[in-house]
Amino acid sequence: MNRSEKSLHGLGAEFPTASSLLHAAKKVQALGFRRWDVYSPFPVHGMDHAMGFKRSRVSLFSLIGGFIGLGTAFALIYYTSALNYPLITQGKPYFSLEASLPIFFELTILLTAFGTVLGLLLLTLLPRFHHPVFNWDRFQRVTDDGFFIVLEAADPQFSNETTRKFLQEIGGTHISEIFQDPETAPHPARPTSEVFS
Amino acid sequence: MRADNSSAQAAFAHASDYLERRPLVANRRPLSWITEHVCRIVEKPAPMWWWILTIFFGAVASLTPAMLTYLVSTGVGVWGLNVPVCWAWDITNFVFWIGIGHAGTLISAILFLTRQNWRTSINRSAEAMTIFAVICAGIFPAFHVGRVWMAWFLAPVPNANAIWQNFRSPLLWDVFAVSTYFTVSLIFWYLGLIPDLASLRDRAKTRFRQMAYGLLAMGWRGSNRHWTHYEKAYLILAGISTPLVLSVHSVVSFDFATSIVPGWHTTIFPPYFVAGAIFGGFAMVLTLLIPFREIYGLHDLVTDKHIDNMCKIILLTGSLVGYAYAMEFFIAWYSGNPFEIYAFTNRAFGPYWWAYWAMITCNVAAPQLFWFKYCRQNPWVVLAIVMFPNTGMWFERFVIIVTSIHRDFLPSSWGYFSPTWVDITLFIGTIGLFVFLFLLFVRFLPMINMFEVKNITPEADPHNPDSHSEQNSAISHPSTTKVHA
Repeated sequence: MNRSEKSLHGLGAEFPTASSLLHAAKKVQALGFRRWDVYSPFPVHGMDHAMGFKRSRVSLFSLIGGFIGLGTAFALIYYTSALNYPLITQGKPYFSLEASLPIFFELTILLTAFGTVLGLLLLTLLPRFHHPVFNWDRFQRVTDDGFFIVLEAADPQFSNETTRKFLQEIGGTHISEIFQDPETAPHPARPTSEVFS
Repeated sequence: MRADNSSAQAAFAHASDYLERRPLVANRRPLSWITEHVCRIVEKPAPMWWWILTIFFGAVASLTPAMLTYLVSTGVGVWGLNVPVCWAWDITNFVFWIGIGHAGTLISAILFLTRQNWRTSINRSAEAMTIFAVICAGIFPAFHVGRVWMAWFLAPVPNANAIWQNFRSPLLWDVFAVSTYFTVSLIFWYLGLIPDLASLRDRAKTRFRQMAYGLLAMGWRGSNRHWTHYEKAYLILAGISTPLVLSVHSVVSFDFATSIVPGWHTTIFPPYFVAGAIFGGFAMVLTLLIPFREIYGLHDLVTDKHIDNMCKIILLTGSLVGYAYAMEFFIAWYSGNPFEIYAFTNRAFGPYWWAYWAMITCNVAAPQLFWFKYCRQNPWVVLAIVMFPNTGMWFERFVIIVTSIHRDFLPSSWGYFSPTWVDITLFIGTIGLFVFLFLLFVRFLPMINMFEVKNITPEADPHNPDSHSEQNSAISHPSTTKVHA
């Protein structure tokens, strides 16, 4: 095992359309790969199902955020208006549900939004400014019109030879090795045709 | 389509000449065309007109801090408001700007939930407009408190007086509503920007641009393991923004509706304010988008259909607002309350009759022109017509606020409000600030949501087997039509 193989992140393949990407992803999933990912300029309809994802758990964070918001609003209003310094204004009760509703609502919304963003960042592990896929020169097109599948070397099923053949079979082009760190990788990452021919 | 069904097919094909949906991205532009045409606005050197306009509006915007400095250093007396008209241009401007913002959230949230795909090419700039409008709005109540250095008393933090905020007051609700609205709008906008910022990062030619956009894009790499969470988060934010946007202007209207002032104390206010806000907001979206669409040649992304749709919303909400005006009068008469009747008669025929009829002309009469297809199809005619709602919605707030309080229960204290030069200059300053911020936005951020626009092209539909063919997908692939509907 040479040094470049040790730091191999995986094999990347490019696909021409969203449709071909989806079909290819279904085949990867059917093969039982676990450490792999699909990259596209926009969320491809049906891809979550093709990759066997369950429902995103972001909503759980949102729900918790919302409850914290509602609780905060209740505690804030009740403590300040009815407990800490009760003050009669306009003969209204110290605490009433009707008068509190707008702030209950607003703080619930606010903390739901915070919870959603926090959940998104935790579940996606973003921000992350460095990732092996960025070492692949073709990968820049992922935010333009490029569709990619990367099968990671960490997967037990991964083998440089068979995985490369598999990617070719499912319609991948420009199949390239992607390296963990740009120092060990020849930069930009060489297409496999150069490596293996 | 079945082969044995050829006559029906022929009839269907014939009907399709009329019934075919206009595509949301015209001329079947490929994905890279979308990236290129949106990104190059940001990437090419700034054109001369941009510098001229930005410097000009920057100068106008500087009137805002100048007038605020003058106001604070001299005293609130430099504004024209005084008993009985204690809420005048400042609150008018506040409600005006807050209302402008509503179209942005409506487009980004409500049209998202209702699967109106045409929103995708206008939502980014509309959301930016929302944020800038709320910034302009926030200035006014902050300084309206009089002693602006005490504005922090609005926040529920312990202070030297040991008393807390009055949570039963709609003014405090407003503080929470507007600040929540601003924060959530900003989050929503930024979340939508992330994939497009990554596009700019990947196209960056200089190290500085790569770093700047790269930091903002947070290392986005288009991974589907991210998209799945991203889409969920976006959906949730759209879901919570929808009641939020409806609540904000409702809470703003509570400032008036929960008082006992005739002309303010009406239950119709929340829906009426929300309809008016959407009406004025869409007018402002069109005001900003039509010139930029022409300048940057974005006709294939912001198509005539988009403009047509927005005109129809303006027509609908304008008519709703007109109905609310009529209903207010009816209820005033039907209530039998002499104060209420007087407030409304005075509104239309009193000393501020000119403001009232300017409002009616701009908000009720002018949008009716959008019944005519010609008026919705010609962008320059649209631009001319939407200037009426832009003006009219300011008048609406002025009419509601000033005419209701300039003659209160005690005739000896009646008065007539006139703005001072400081009032006028400050308002002009915020208009400058708004346009200035929008010009900066157009220059530095992608003004069209690229990834969402790509997502609605026929190419992006994975169930479209020949996504590259020139065949018209609207007829041969009903599934595509459904996705686009």
